[in-house]
Amino acid sequence: MSDIRKGDVILEVRGLAVEVQGKRILEGLDLTVRAGEVHAIMGPNGAGKSTLSQVLAGRPDYDVKAGTVRYLGEDLLALAAEERARRGLFLGFQYPVEIPGVNNVYLLKAALNARRRHLGQPEVDAFEFLGLVRDNMRLMQMDESFLSRGVNEGFSGGEKKRNEILQMTVLEPTLAILDETDSGLDIDALKVVANGVNSLKRDDRAIVLVTHYQRLLDYIVPDHVHVLAGGRILKSGDASLALELERRGYDWVRAEAAAA
Amino acid sequence: MASTPTDLDALVAQKYQHGFVTDIDADTVPPGLDEDVIRMISRKKGEPAFLLDWRLKSYRHWRTMTEPHWAHVQYPPIDYQAISYYSAPKQNTDGPKSLADVDPKLLATYEKLGVPLHERARLAGVAVDAVFDSVSVATTFKARLAEAGVVFCPFSDAVREHPALLEQYLGSVVPPTDNFYAALNSAVFTDGSFVYIPPGVRCPMELSTYFRINAAKTGQFERTLIIADAGSHVSYLEGCTAPQRDENQLHAAVVELVALDDASIKYSTVQNWYPGDEQGVGGIYNFVTKRGECRGRNARISWTQVETGSAITWKYPSCVLTGENSVGEFYSVAVANHYQQADTGTKMIHVGRNTRSTIVSKGISAGHAQNTYRGLVKVLPSAEGARNYTQCDSLLMGARSGAHTFPYVEVRNPTATVEHEATTSKIGEDQLFYCLQRGLSAEDAVNMIVSGFCKTVFKELPMEFAVEAQNLLAVSLEGAVG
Repeated sequence: MSDIRKGDVILEVRGLAVEVQGKRILEGLDLTVRAGEVHAIMGPNGAGKSTLSQVLAGRPDYDVKAGTVRYLGEDLLALAAEERARRGLFLGFQYPVEIPGVNNVYLLKAALNARRRHLGQPEVDAFEFLGLVRDNMRLMQMDESFLSRGVNEGFSGGEKKRNEILQMTVLEPTLAILDETDSGLDIDALKVVANGVNSLKRDDRAIVLVTHYQRLLDYIVPDHVHVLAGGRILKSGDASLALELERRGYDWVRAEAAAA
Repeated sequence: MASTPTDLDALVAQKYQHGFVTDIDADTVPPGLDEDVIRMISRKKGEPAFLLDWRLKSYRHWRTMTEPHWAHVQYPPIDYQAISYYSAPKQNTDGPKSLADVDPKLLATYEKLGVPLHERARLAGVAVDAVFDSVSVATTFKARLAEAGVVFCPFSDAVREHPALLEQYLGSVVPPTDNFYAALNSAVFTDGSFVYIPPGVRCPMELSTYFRINAAKTGQFERTLIIADAGSHVSYLEGCTAPQRDENQLHAAVVELVALDDASIKYSTVQNWYPGDEQGVGGIYNFVTKRGECRGRNARISWTQVETGSAITWKYPSCVLTGENSVGEFYSVAVANHYQQADTGTKMIHVGRNTRSTIVSKGISAGHAQNTYRGLVKVLPSAEGARNYTQCDSLLMGARSGAHTFPYVEVRNPTATVEHEATTSKIGEDQLFYCLQRGLSAEDAVNMIVSGFCKTVFKELPMEFAVEAQNLLAVSLEGAVG
């Protein structure tokens, strides 16, 4: 266990403004995520949900124009992508890439060791690692063939998403940002993925779900729901907000925000 | 830094690690080439008359030829009179009799290169013939090989000890008239390795030659001849390095392989000649003719090459599949970074019935480099039921590098099957970012992606060299993505 306690601030975003290829996507976004919490960020297409995920993970060519982001007390924006990852920030990709010829588990082991080195821990023992991966593969209902396949090579959409969550459960991040992890999943796969995500929940960690639809939230119940539109968080609430959005759409939130 | 865009073009200089010069008193002839120089080389090596004759004929033919310019490479004209055609470390006697007689500085050079020359320090099972400029310095493991009846010696020794084999096979696969550089090599070649595996013998260890160009303004023209007699098997590896110099140096080697009935030869190359600096100054011109003939039934010749060095590479290790059911294979990884130019590939000539060939070529270009695959699959009318499978993949890193593919297919038998697959891909920002987001460094990420790309070729290399090749690739591409 880490020395992070329930309720400690893990992520604090203040006034974040981001441009992608000269176009302003995020405009003064605020967000605070504390240990033990699950947040859901919802919003219409083009609202900037994926941009937020990518910029927090450190994707290059996303220009931060204003604002600050603190992660576990550090200036997150000053860290390179790999340094953020080693500090326990994990992004579950919306579109996981294929890397032909690179073994899926080999990449995962390299990732785990990068994290462990940062924590001053010895590299993982091969036997112990295989056991760990096997356990988590069972949880994700993935068969043994994933041990020998290339990274996402020839995976179906659903398999790619499961593989993301598998990586997450093995790496045990402090902050997991899951970008549209539910998209393209049938109901059975959705349950499996949700199960994986729920297994990560702990008092010293936090999860941010970026999603379009409420249905994922039937299986992973969020503590906070935020509506992201026009580059800002327009409204925040508890789990019931997601249900209301499902019923009423987003326009009323925009109208409310415009009137305020 | 998070705010700095990852720039695939940001090529940082990776220093060549074998660029040192060994300060050795060398016996080098003045630059220039005429019949007297050839006579001198032949005399220094104590060659029989047939060989001097052969050299002179080759030279006279070479003078009628013009330098070929069809390859997709560019370089200023080469002044063949400005090259020294013979350079040997000075010795008190004719040649070293054992490792103890070898100049310690030379041994230190090989140690720096990581060549397991010293028998105690060597990798188990690897016998090394090291060629330094023009002469073979020492051949390890002679005794153990001799017990098996295997001949593995410097070419000059073979001239004296096995003249009959030499006369029978020399130039029988690559005749002196074959091409401009082969003719030049036939005229002036100085040393190289000679291998003979007697019938039914499985060579008890990997054979290995290490080539190094040390002296300035010299060319290296080595010649390798490997004969696998009926039912025999041999695996052979060559490695190459050269010091870092501002002028270009010419390396024009000839390698001939002959596999008789049921014999197999596996020839692996890790080529790391000095590639020139980041601006493209200096480096080796690697103009090499390599060809093997499956002369007997069920013979097999397999070329595996990992080409990371040289300013310009011009080589097409080929197989002439004469014997019925014979098999030719070519597995290649060619890396070009900075201003390197590579024009490489293979030729598979199907002559006999039911001959099969496989070509797997992986080209990687970074910086301003140009990487060309050029391959010929030729099926003669006699090659009933011939089959070929070709796979050519190119990987581009950054926006200024180029990949080119020139597959030539010539089929003159209707029963032949020829398949060709080609892909070109880029190391995407996406792949890189994915790995970074999992905590890998950019270097590790690139190495992992490139190794994955080359996997099908690396698995053809003998184990210990696969590791070396992977490391070499990492060094060659270090800083290619920043």
